[in-house]
Amino acid sequence: MPTAKVNGQEVEFEPGMTVLQVAELAGEEIPRFCYHERLSIAGNCRMCLVEVKPGPPKPQASCALPAADKQEIFTNTPMVKKAREGVMEFLLINHPLDCPICDQGGECDLQDEAMGYGRDDSRYVENKRAVEDKFLGPLIKTQMNRCIQCTRCVRLSTEIAGVSEMGMISRGEDAEITSYLEEALTSELSGNLADVCPVGALTHKPWAYNYRPWELKKTESIDVMDALGSAIRVDAKGSQVMRILPRVNEDINEEWISDKTRYVPDGLIRQRLDRPFIRVAGKLKPATWAEAFAAVAGKLRATAADRIGVIAGDLQDAESMKAAMDLFASLGVKSLDCRQDGAKLGRGPRESWLFNTTIAGIEGLDRLLLIGTNPRREAPLLNARIRKAWLKGKLNVGLIGEAADLRYGFDYLGAGPASLSKLVEGEGEFFKDGKAVGIVVGQGALARSDGAAVLNLAARCASTFGGTLNVLHTAAARVGGLDMGFLPRSGGRDVAGMLKGDMDVVVLLGADEIDTSALGRAFVVYVGSHGDAGANRADVILPGAAYVEKSGIYVNTEGRVQIANRATFPKGEAKEDWAIFRALSEHLGAKLPYDSLEQLRAKLMADHPTFGQVDYVAGTSRPAPGFAGFGEAGALSDAPFSNPLTDFYLTNPIARASVTMAECSSSLAASHQRLEAAE
Amino acid sequence: MSVRRLAKEQPASFAFTPESLEKVNFWLAKYPPAKKQSASIPLLWLVQKQEGWVCEPAIRLVARMLEVPVIRILEVATFYTMFMLEPVGRAALIQVCGTTPCALRGANDLLAICQQEFGQKGHMTADGLFTWEEVECLGACCNAPMAAINDYYYEDLTPVTFRQIIADFRAGKSPAPGSYAGRHSSEPAGGAQTLSDPALYDGSKAHRIEKLPNAPEPEPVA
Repeated sequence: MPTAKVNGQEVEFEPGMTVLQVAELAGEEIPRFCYHERLSIAGNCRMCLVEVKPGPPKPQASCALPAADKQEIFTNTPMVKKAREGVMEFLLINHPLDCPICDQGGECDLQDEAMGYGRDDSRYVENKRAVEDKFLGPLIKTQMNRCIQCTRCVRLSTEIAGVSEMGMISRGEDAEITSYLEEALTSELSGNLADVCPVGALTHKPWAYNYRPWELKKTESIDVMDALGSAIRVDAKGSQVMRILPRVNEDINEEWISDKTRYVPDGLIRQRLDRPFIRVAGKLKPATWAEAFAAVAGKLRATAADRIGVIAGDLQDAESMKAAMDLFASLGVKSLDCRQDGAKLGRGPRESWLFNTTIAGIEGLDRLLLIGTNPRREAPLLNARIRKAWLKGKLNVGLIGEAADLRYGFDYLGAGPASLSKLVEGEGEFFKDGKAVGIVVGQGALARSDGAAVLNLAARCASTFGGTLNVLHTAAARVGGLDMGFLPRSGGRDVAGMLKGDMDVVVLLGADEIDTSALGRAFVVYVGSHGDAGANRADVILPGAAYVEKSGIYVNTEGRVQIANRATFPKGEAKEDWAIFRALSEHLGAKLPYDSLEQLRAKLMADHPTFGQVDYVAGTSRPAPGFAGFGEAGALSDAPFSNPLTDFYLTNPIARASVTMAECSSSLAASHQRLEAAE
Repeated sequence: MSVRRLAKEQPASFAFTPESLEKVNFWLAKYPPAKKQSASIPLLWLVQKQEGWVCEPAIRLVARMLEVPVIRILEVATFYTMFMLEPVGRAALIQVCGTTPCALRGANDLLAICQQEFGQKGHMTADGLFTWEEVECLGACCNAPMAAINDYYYEDLTPVTFRQIIADFRAGKSPAPGSYAGRHSSEPAGGAQTLSDPALYDGSKAHRIEKLPNAPEPEPVA
């Protein structure tokens, strides 16, 4: 390996690294604005100047300079210091002095670097440049006077998000960052623009003037808005979650998160269930916990076990599902289901409901077949990962289902199961020469009457072409539920069966994506955090905790077990969900054998060992030649696959309670209308 | 240069005429299909040749023809000041050079005339006849001061000749381009003053070159 000397210290580096990266290997921090590890190199801010030998007798921009063997790099010479001071002075010529009212204040790259390299005063007396603020949609607030033209946002939207909507118009001192005619951005990843902005030019509109970064209590946690389990940091002020930011997790979200993950916190303070309610004469009346438990316990005792059904929702942590499952199983209840959407999963080996390629593994594929899924809506970061692999030029993507703009090119191979059958039988060229094949089956292909047959056919396809079968979930709770077997016992009913309208008692664990009008005359108990469809229909509401208000285990679509942490406390009288079932179990005289979350987790891990493997993912495993248990062969319908999510921004009760998400949804609808009108 | 924006009033649509389309196809044929965006500037220039300026529907059309995001074409159109983003006068687009050599030779007087005759620079006059701009050096410093009007250079201008040219354009005439000081091209004022010896041209001065300039000295013989 080549070596270089950084300030006299010798380091080895990989060929192809830049001087900046080599200096970082040696532990030297290089100031930068335009350079970003995950974006292409622009080299236009000039802040990363260093001195190199051999080389011209002037400072060099280290981000864009390839390191050479035997090179000597100096980052602390007087020349470097003076050069950086000069660059900083230039950047500050037109940068306004509005740090006290700037939302970036306290976490601003320019502020920090100015502390290190700025002069104490300005030599410029001329007026500063004034730039009109731009409209970029409901999420990104602009203060373009502050822009230093690093073009990180342009590169991020073009390269990562795959929407070439941002650009720099005009030139020289008149250069301005904007979208075309100031149209709202249509990306699901637009919040990341504000993250990469090194100054306060792009900030988060929904959070404007709400907090200062140093007042926030930061909690590292796991996202539940989609089934990826992105790493997030929840920042709270007092009892309110002010914002959610991404954390780096190379295996899942790299360092981005979707707009839904990021901007949903305002849904955590609206439509909250903060006390128990009991329906009296058709109206929900506030009640005490004791009254609510008595009402539920009385009803459960009076009902035969086979007339009771339990449905777990999309945002449930594993502990609450485990507690509910243990409680109702001990009562003899057979109708348990965690598949609100009716996906035909869970009756086979664990691999039959996991994303076995793993998210990071997508980068190693050369053929990817998407069946009945729109990953851009269902898992925007998985989509970004597919785009990343596609950009490298090795990956060919095929799609069977609803065609959509996925932000990368794909071969459209058909609309329904018939197209998949033909592919399996060897028609078409898609898999030709494919060495690393991945098949992704979405809920749009599984949540239908022939879902099991489609899964079986997809597994056969994977096996025929030597590929890996992957199931892409849309709900954070689903894999956890399937892993612990939160499924109908023999003789029990699934969700569709429970929705026939002839159950006597139905317990909803945050289950709101079902047709509540089909519950018939059932006595409905809703355990959850938000007043949505389920609570609206409920006869008794037992208020639970939202995902940031409890420590909980979530299993992502890859089968990766992750533990979310509590950032704030449940609202009002609400309790953590598992504790509700623990308390209810005493009222029913069927006390659950755990008194603390630790004991519950110990039981969970003892009963279902996969939960003990935190942050572990089994990884690639090809379906066995017989693909036994991967669904079951059967008749296929002719109906084309349809995508499960119609509105990306409004997929769960928390998002539906969020004003920001509602604005995003209507802004997107308006831009669709404009596009249609233009065509 | 000031902040460049698209004009507020835009036509509803834009289409290339058959003649322009022929040229468009000529330019598109020059680049491989994957590098179509290389034709951005030629296509925008054809738009400007056809309409006199670059309108928003044309930017969208060019983006569609080149299969690039429309913001990329907007970037190009706003970057280059030769692309006019507003309608220009149908009689003349007058671009007066205001850079140092022209300024020393009296360009400021020409600029003052424009200001007086047409008003604010960069915008079409109310009668729709003229647009004027001050531009940077157009590379005709020997004939300063000068102005580029439509496609031609008008050189060695004085306030009198400049006013006359403007009046001619206003009257619908096309005044002849070139020097208005009566000289040929950029010859010295008063005619050629060097290289006037006829012997230079009859071959009588030609002689054999004995020693090449800067050739290495031959090694001294020991």
